[in-house]
Amino acid sequence: MNIEMTTTSTSNRFQNNYLVQAWLVLLLASLFGFILAGVQATLGPKIEANKVNETREKVPEVILGKSKAQELSGGGGSLAIDSRFISVEKQGKTKIYNVFEARYPDGRVAGWATKVTGQGYADKIELLMGLDSKAENLTGIFILGQKETPGLGNKIEEDAWRGQFSGKSTSQPLRVIKGGASDAYTIDAITGATISSRSVTDIVNTSVNDLKNNLVMDVEQKGKEK
Amino acid sequence: MADQPTALERLIQGILPENPVYRQLLGMCPTLAVTNGIQSALTMAGAVAFVLVCANVVTSLIRNLLKPHLRIVVFTLTIATFVTVADRFLAAYMYQMSKTLGPYIPLIIVNCIIICRCEVCASKQNVWISACDAVGQSIGFGLALASIASVREILGSGMLLGWRVLPAAWPDWVIMVLPPGAFLTLGLLIGGVNWLQSRNVKN
Repeated sequence: MNIEMTTTSTSNRFQNNYLVQAWLVLLLASLFGFILAGVQATLGPKIEANKVNETREKVPEVILGKSKAQELSGGGGSLAIDSRFISVEKQGKTKIYNVFEARYPDGRVAGWATKVTGQGYADKIELLMGLDSKAENLTGIFILGQKETPGLGNKIEEDAWRGQFSGKSTSQPLRVIKGGASDAYTIDAITGATISSRSVTDIVNTSVNDLKNNLVMDVEQKGKEK
Repeated sequence: MADQPTALERLIQGILPENPVYRQLLGMCPTLAVTNGIQSALTMAGAVAFVLVCANVVTSLIRNLLKPHLRIVVFTLTIATFVTVADRFLAAYMYQMSKTLGPYIPLIIVNCIIICRCEVCASKQNVWISACDAVGQSIGFGLALASIASVREILGSGMLLGWRVLPAAWPDWVIMVLPPGAFLTLGLLIGGVNWLQSRNVKN
């Protein structure tokens, strides 16, 4: 009698154990874990490549302009693009820029492009910014990602607006004004989307400020080496 | 189980009589969030269909092993796995679309349509019936998303899938592409469906 009771209670305790109760959950979790690891191992490299290509594809266009980039690729040439990272110390924080250095087939530096992000009106704005070989002028910008208001703020993507940045000087920060921008330091705001316009301009100003000296130093050093 | 619906009944029920969006009012998050364009709506419907079919089949296969108090954990685990697969797949092969849909693909995990089908059908009926049920519900969900997205895309941009539908003079109703447009369209379409339903009942 006594022995029987002990066995029942042991088996009861065993059956009520959390781990035993959850055997199916644990088994499925490990099985699914393996499946997901397999999926990640197969698709991971492709996803990474997508991310890199998305930016890289736009580099010639943002540095040379659309027509010249097409001319170059039409003539069978292409820019050699090197990617590297420049870290900038700012207010105790280190900011890392992914900079693409583009060279003509003959080895001359065509310019620089960098991927930068900043706060927009609705969400983060991600853009590619191009600088000429001496980092004196902007060659253009390209919006990679934005979630600004459709019909208003998302006009930052349109050629008509972002085209303004081509050829602007980097010697002083750009300012956003409402209509009538004509000199090398002003940008026209989009009607009804001043905040989005300012956000993009601020992102450009900040990155120019952070990178300009680094890039110029770089060019000078390389010049000396030659 | 004589009182349980058959495979064909399950399939048909999901499309209109028990449409997940218009009749059950489930899955409202993607319904409102990704219907500003027909392409994103159809991609979302496709992803949900994939997850729904897989989750229903797996749940149905293990239905006799389920413990009542742990069933929801198993459902969620299964759903989350297939959603992650769908998410990675989109990022690998439809990168731009995956960026457009953003967090709404991972959010399929908490889509009530799927867990509801696991609970109502897959945990009680065999694999064949569960698969039919999932297909029916997926078609219903796809139709609902496509109908809302077409209304919003046409009124919001005058175009459908890049084709101009309304004359170029149409002043694009930007509000239709913005979140309020989703609520307006959904409300009016649900109203329309209910009106049709009540007319049918009277006749």
